[in-house]
Amino acid sequence: MAKSIRIRAKAKGSETTVKALITHPMETGLRKNKKTGKKIPAHYIQEVTIKHNGTTAMTANWGPAVSKNPYVSIMLSGARAGDSIELSWLDNKGAKDSASTKIK
Amino acid sequence: MQRRTFLQGSLAGGAVAVAVSAGLLSPQSVLAAWPEGAFSAKSVQDAMSGLFGSADNTASGDIKIKAPDIAENGAVVPVSITTSIGGTSRIAIIAAKNGSPLAASFDLGKSTKGFVSTRIKMGKTSDVIAVVEAGGKRYSARKNVKVTIGGCGG
Repeated sequence: MAKSIRIRAKAKGSETTVKALITHPMETGLRKNKKTGKKIPAHYIQEVTIKHNGTTAMTANWGPAVSKNPYVSIMLSGARAGDSIELSWLDNKGAKDSASTKIK
Repeated sequence: MQRRTFLQGSLAGGAVAVAVSAGLLSPQSVLAAWPEGAFSAKSVQDAMSGLFGSADNTASGDIKIKAPDIAENGAVVPVSITTSIGGTSRIAIIAAKNGSPLAASFDLGKSTKGFVSTRIKMGKTSDVIAVVEAGGKRYSARKNVKVTIGGCGG
């Protein structure tokens, strides 16, 4: 899969803000194709994990009610500039992607 | 040959069972952890009990929900939850009147602050409920968001 994740992490004092945007359709399975009248099958991210230096900082379980092209942000304490932040996701069709960045 | 693969399969299965019982692997990491029951629940009560094991929680002023008073587009409602409750281990976001109310649940690590921000879909005007689990106790807060164009089903 092409790069689906944009991630930034910025340290300010003792707090680090991690922000990420994921490109994903997040289909609920309730929407209908207007031309054919058929339902568009559900396709959404179920699990998102953010790791700080290899330690899990957040594991999120998402339902289809998270918006298309999801945005997620968390804050870490005790992280420093140069530490690695990795985000990975897994959707209900088994597709996945991950990306990492360094804290600035 | 078939017998051999059968034996290998049962041995591998046995090893996993031993690891689970020894507490090396939590069952959640072996099987998919995604709580399907909580996400498919049709009521707020069922969603809470499906996710936290109980629908009981105490209203708390230490949870701040940042969301628009009026959302023009229900497909994209930015929601931020900030909590000052110590030892927050999980934050769940629930849109009370969505067909399936539970939108997202975040399990936070020890050094992660009590803050999450994301964007959710809302079918109609309703309360956004934040449920925070900290030290085995559950707290909640709610905020009404007026939706002018629904975002579920479009």
